[in-house]
Amino acid sequence: MSAGRVGVGVLLAALVAAPFVPMGGMRQYIFHVLIQIFVWSFIGGAWALMGRFGLVSLGHGAFLGLGAYTTTLLWNFFGLTPWLGALVAVVLTAALAVIVAYPCSRFQVIGHYFGLVTLAVGEVVRLLIIAERDWTGGSLGLTVRPAGADSLVAVQFADKRVFYYAALVLWALGLWVWHRVDRSMARSAMEAIGEDETAAASVGIHVTRFKIAITVLSAVLTAVGGIAYAQYIAYVNPDTLAGIGVSLRIVFAVVLGGMYALLGPTVGTALTIALAEVLRVVFGITYVGMAETIYGLLLIVFIIFLPSGIYGSVRDLLRRRPRSQPAAPVTA
Amino acid sequence: MGGHLGAPHFQMLTVTGLTKRFGGFTALNAVSFEVKEGEILGLIGPNGSGKTTLFNCVSGALTPSSGSIRFGAQELAGLTPDRICHLGIARTFQIPRPFRKLTILENVAVAAHFGAAQRSSEAEARRRALEILGLVGLATTPHAPTTLLGAGGLKKLELARALATGPRLLLADESLGGLDSSEMAGAADLLRRIRGELHITIVWVEHIMATLMRVVDRVVVLDHGEKIAEGKPREVAEDPKVVEAYLGEKVVLA
Ligand SMILES: Nc1ncnc2c1ncn2[C@@H]1O[C@H](COP(=O)(O)OP(=O)(O)O)[C@@H](O)[C@H]1O
Ligand SMILES: [Mg+2]
Repeated sequence: MSAGRVGVGVLLAALVAAPFVPMGGMRQYIFHVLIQIFVWSFIGGAWALMGRFGLVSLGHGAFLGLGAYTTTLLWNFFGLTPWLGALVAVVLTAALAVIVAYPCSRFQVIGHYFGLVTLAVGEVVRLLIIAERDWTGGSLGLTVRPAGADSLVAVQFADKRVFYYAALVLWALGLWVWHRVDRSMARSAMEAIGEDETAAASVGIHVTRFKIAITVLSAVLTAVGGIAYAQYIAYVNPDTLAGIGVSLRIVFAVVLGGMYALLGPTVGTALTIALAEVLRVVFGITYVGMAETIYGLLLIVFIIFLPSGIYGSVRDLLRRRPRSQPAAPVTA
Repeated sequence: MGGHLGAPHFQMLTVTGLTKRFGGFTALNAVSFEVKEGEILGLIGPNGSGKTTLFNCVSGALTPSSGSIRFGAQELAGLTPDRICHLGIARTFQIPRPFRKLTILENVAVAAHFGAAQRSSEAEARRRALEILGLVGLATTPHAPTTLLGAGGLKKLELARALATGPRLLLADESLGGLDSSEMAGAADLLRRIRGELHITIVWVEHIMATLMRVVDRVVVLDHGEKIAEGKPREVAEDPKVVEAYLGEKVVLA
């Protein structure tokens, strides 16, 4: 356990110190990859807050898109700072989450059906963005209006290091939220609901309230991730921030890394992003679909052979050994 | 409260004309009875007579088709299960339904935390859960997964989880089912202690009557969704209607 603590400390120190390490011409590229990993790990972690309890959403792109587009549109058309825009976006996302979660909970839409409902929600948001092209630029996307210079109000900075540290903080924040949920009695309640709603309700757990709460939390954090990503890339596009494609990519990464462990989403996201980069470098843009195909195949292999993901499985393996020594006596 | 040796008591639960239909099938037909504070009421009947359905209606897992269920002065029909739990009614499931992803202690602690009428701290819930695990005899391995438990252990866990919610009325559904005779004696003794030490009123459903008859104060008998008899265990066991309902199953009588 303490070896793990030390490992985490060393990793954090390395990440904080990274911008000061000379990297020559690779600097911009490495930062770019790391920022993407932090932001998408944060989003994956937000998704897993629900996913780990059996609320497998296939439409988190809806929350990403709603967050990113709300902030961007408010800035571009009304000059509202993304800080306040994010607040509006969070409120709208929370509302959408309630609109999805309440009927699903009331009418016991669970399992695959919940997946399908959320899949549809994700598509609806994407199609709405495309349909409202006068505002959103349709499928061509929308560039975040440049502030001209570095600006905290516009959240625009030429130096990638600013975004790097912001993304690092965001990622750490996501891990902290996960940890808090993991340690709370609310986790027990959600596990209970995920397994058996009738039994959970019989011991006083308000099933609907919990499902709505965890969905809102997950959706809001996802929206924040979408906003962060949009501010960094300075461009929003319905295909990268809404719809089935991005929704599934989040799920792929988390399932790959493991949705039941703190660092599972991070490991999965890092692997998928690294894989995509390697494939891009190796095959060039002639095989754009290659990364997705390989994710897909990996996903199938993982769901069958390693249901708790790469990180989750390794962790379980490491934990099982020391713990199995005092053989627990069997109780009647 | 507490006294269970005669004397009129406060009516804790009053079921009046309770009917439950599943499509065209009537699982409960105008059933009426009451439960007095401090007693252990046995609810017996052949398989499929509607015992579990009755528990489901009282605990809010099913909505009655008609009739009234009053807990003290409070009408329960139409309330959600979590609300009914908070009012002070807990139930166990005939086939144990542990939360498999939680440890034994977490199973009980989550009930102690969310089932209580007044929410206390998480630490307090864990402390209370340990206490109850001790009471039911499951305190040796609180951090073990529920998969370690055998049939008897799972029945105890069901009771522990229900008790953790701090009920005034416990609905125990076949707490003896699947147990061997020594485990049965232990479980019967446990129910007696739950009433005696925790002052919890109990409605105890059982298919097999022998053990139950030695513990309960009164018995209500269901057959095909109708109440066919009610009274002291001895009288009921000799009631020809009851004997007929259990036709071919006479062995299950005391
Ligand atoms: N949810 C349900 N849907 C349809 N029929 C049911 C349902 N629950 C119980 N029943 C039927 O109601 C009858 C009574 O069942 P139950 O209450 O479980 O009996 P008992 O607990 O006395 O053995 C049975 O015929 C059973 O098949
Ligand atoms: Mg039954």
